[in-house]
Amino acid sequence: MAKITFIQPDGTSNVVEAEPGVTVMEAAKLNEIPGIEAECGGACACATCHVYVDEAWRDKTGKPAEMEEDMLDFAFDVRDESRLSCQIKVTEDLDGLVLRVPAKQY
Amino acid sequence: MLDKNPQTGGEGSASAIETDVVIVGAGPVGLFAVFELGLLDVKAHVIDILDKVGGQCAELYPEKPIYDIPGLPIVTGQQLTDQLMEQIKPFGANFHLGERIDVLKREGERFRLVTDAGTTFLTTVVVIAAGGGSFTPKRPPLEGIEGFEGKSVFYSVRKIAEFMDKDVLIVGGGDSALDWTLNLQPVARSVTLLHRRDDFRGAPHSVEKMRQLVADGKMKLAIGQVSALHGQDGWLDAVTIKAKDGTEQRLPITAMLPFFGLTMKLGPIADWGLNLEENLIPVDTEKFETSEPGIFAIGDINTYPGKLKLILSGFHEAALMAQKAHQYVYPGKKVLFQYTTSSSNLQKKLGVR
Repeated sequence: MAKITFIQPDGTSNVVEAEPGVTVMEAAKLNEIPGIEAECGGACACATCHVYVDEAWRDKTGKPAEMEEDMLDFAFDVRDESRLSCQIKVTEDLDGLVLRVPAKQY
Repeated sequence: MLDKNPQTGGEGSASAIETDVVIVGAGPVGLFAVFELGLLDVKAHVIDILDKVGGQCAELYPEKPIYDIPGLPIVTGQQLTDQLMEQIKPFGANFHLGERIDVLKREGERFRLVTDAGTTFLTTVVVIAAGGGSFTPKRPPLEGIEGFEGKSVFYSVRKIAEFMDKDVLIVGGGDSALDWTLNLQPVARSVTLLHRRDDFRGAPHSVEKMRQLVADGKMKLAIGQVSALHGQDGWLDAVTIKAKDGTEQRLPITAMLPFFGLTMKLGPIADWGLNLEENLIPVDTEKFETSEPGIFAIGDINTYPGKLKLILSGFHEAALMAQKAHQYVYPGKKVLFQYTTSSSNLQKKLGVR
């Protein structure tokens, strides 16, 4: 299992246990993390599961693929550390991952 | 085959299209409803806000595989849509795309429905197959943006000429943003295209044209994101643009067109008196009829104990709904239950015999 911390814009945080193999978005939805909409259900088609990856974890989560980068055009306040959480697969390596939820998905 | 019998409606309203059923939503479930109704000789008009049929299948995942349609081990959203269109072809349903039903009211034994484009229907039965609601342009979460909408912030262009004396800011990097940049550039007083990165996913020839215009000094390209709007009484006079390095710059403009894709919003359905539960329409599980007799809800938009938001559930709901809809359209007429495999009557309707 991997522990993932979601930090809300107001500073509150939730820690969830995610099973390797699921996506970070799925782990968030399973645990009803506020602010992760995932309107398209994980098809990389809506940009409403946007998260900011904590500086320390950016190497491990990697960079968005081209399709994800294109879809990030539909998100707001996109930064270098922006990812769509439906495109991050949970692995044991990501145990301890810290993510920030944007103020609004749209 | 067509139900278009234009006829003057009541109280000076425009001529209404009379039909048996109006289906709200052209997603897979709305499309299959045409089939189930058609087998029972019930004619339908289908309305969808998108400019294409298929709903989420066509808009969100046309190329993505679906694995849980019975009998089709793998099918993409677009393939399923195409196959359904083929399947319902014999029933000659009329499609009204790019329109949204804004008004629904009972009128005697029937319902009057009016779209945002003014198309009016008089129908015996209404079938709401609206999925997650209507696809509407995403609103950038900028403070105070609502106050500018319709006056100086637009999500679509109705009349190009309205932008003649405007300094226009177009935001986005896809085909909508590029197409409107190219279309408005010759008309508007000035055009600036703003995108978060210097890389565009729109059609390469549009990107090329845009870059040429920039090189010729005929328009501007800015890289960054809008972080604030400035203006009064609905009229923009500038925006703040934040560059990647965090520096901010004020850009004077008088109109903004953001293109950030679509999101699903329930929309006017909320005002139709259907006792919504968390934005879903409660129905029974025998006929999938709402609290209002004659109005049905099928597919993702409805709710009942045990509901699963699956396309296959919506297909089942369409079949049962059609039985009851038939009773409204042909009161007193008995339906003989038949199979398409063996009924020459049904095969005739399908045009295979």
